[in-house]
Amino acid sequence: MIRVVLPAHLRTLARVDGEVKLEIAGQVTQRVVLDALEAAYPALRGTIRDHATQQRRAFVRFFACAEDLSNESPDAPLPDPVATGAEPLLVVGAMAGG
Amino acid sequence: MSTVRVLVGTRKGAFILTADGKRERWDVSGPHFGGWEMYHLKGSPVDPNRIYASQSSSWFGQIIQRSNDGGKTWEAVGNKFAYEGAVGTHLWYDGTPRSWEFTRVWHLEPSLTDPDTVYAGIQDAAIYRSSDGGQTWQELPGLRQHKSAPVWQPGAGGMCLHTIVLDKSHPDRIFVAISAAGVFRSDDAGRTWQPMNRGLRSEQIADPTAEVGHCVHRIAMHPSRPNVLFMQKHWDVMRSDDAGESWKDVGGNLPTDFGFPIDVHAHEPETIYVVPIKSDSEHYLPDGKLRVYRSRTGGHEWEALTKGLPQSHCYVNVLRDAMAVDTLDPCGVYFGTSGGQVYVSPNSGDSWAPIVRDLPSVVSVEVQTLP
Repeated sequence: MIRVVLPAHLRTLARVDGEVKLEIAGQVTQRVVLDALEAAYPALRGTIRDHATQQRRAFVRFFACAEDLSNESPDAPLPDPVATGAEPLLVVGAMAGG
Repeated sequence: MSTVRVLVGTRKGAFILTADGKRERWDVSGPHFGGWEMYHLKGSPVDPNRIYASQSSSWFGQIIQRSNDGGKTWEAVGNKFAYEGAVGTHLWYDGTPRSWEFTRVWHLEPSLTDPDTVYAGIQDAAIYRSSDGGQTWQELPGLRQHKSAPVWQPGAGGMCLHTIVLDKSHPDRIFVAISAAGVFRSDDAGRTWQPMNRGLRSEQIADPTAEVGHCVHRIAMHPSRPNVLFMQKHWDVMRSDDAGESWKDVGGNLPTDFGFPIDVHAHEPETIYVVPIKSDSEHYLPDGKLRVYRSRTGGHEWEALTKGLPQSHCYVNVLRDAMAVDTLDPCGVYFGTSGGQVYVSPNSGDSWAPIVRDLPSVVSVEVQTLP
């Protein structure tokens, strides 16, 4: 069980309260988690990653275990506590004002 | 008695304002999609309960929302706007080529005949059509692939396709306006396009009468007179009597002919409205006075409409999509300001009253007249 915490605006868009829980088999990476997230909540497509490039949107960050994973490879394994569900993957709107 | 429903897009959410035909007592609903930029909301003319909305943010990109019940509930539909074929380049501010890149949807224009068909004008400038209620979007690439497109340049607000005008009497005709390329017309349902900028003069470009490169801010048409178009350009208020083939200046006695919106009275096709703005660098009202100008002669001769509008210390702006008219008699005129006010005139502009005073900065105003 993978736990994902979305920012408030995306929770509203996806119509979820609290954490999102995803069942994922195999290696747990950013890409695998985001693929599963978007499959479960299609309204989130294009809001975290660009539709065309699949790159992280500029003002979105990925944190876990008090580390900034935003610039890690999307295919790098996420930390074990995320893979085991002990810690959530945090999707965060960057401090960008506006 | 008929009712009116005003759809207001702001920098931080959408608001829906409703009243009966007297247009005196208003119910205010919102914010919907609080915190998001709502560039435009517009209802289908054949099914007023079908409303499309453009929702975007710097953080999370573009969302398209659809309501099937007049704005009571919404569902997110398709938000994938992929350019068709080779993307190509336009000119960037510094004159270098730059690839087309999707930023946001500026304008949604529902079909005049089918509630599931809707057009979207986007930045960087292109037009899309959905025929499944917004679930999927297909570009009409002939516009972006026009031979002049490699020299189009963005205006200060980005290279946006912000105006789409459909023509009920010519079902295959579409007008669009792009900042800063100009007006284009298609007579084959969007397959091919021709620039419609003859007669425009823009001193801000090297060749002031070039075929493209004009910063057209808004065009408007009365449905009973489809060959007559009115334009608020960056500077200049213009008119065409030949479906855009040529334009002439009708700014007449306006205090300044810079501005953004222009609209046409619902029942008097020669009565038009603009809101003069001091200049392109100041972007506020001249003399601190909020004055709508009305011409009953299709231009040239203008009168200031001030009753009920602030006439001192007012320095707001009114953006291109932030004016609309209802189809009641007398015609109602509406506009929203960068200061968050939405005003209504229930008598064709003779007098005005604020519906709301303190919304976030208003980007767009549309009105639906409901039976």
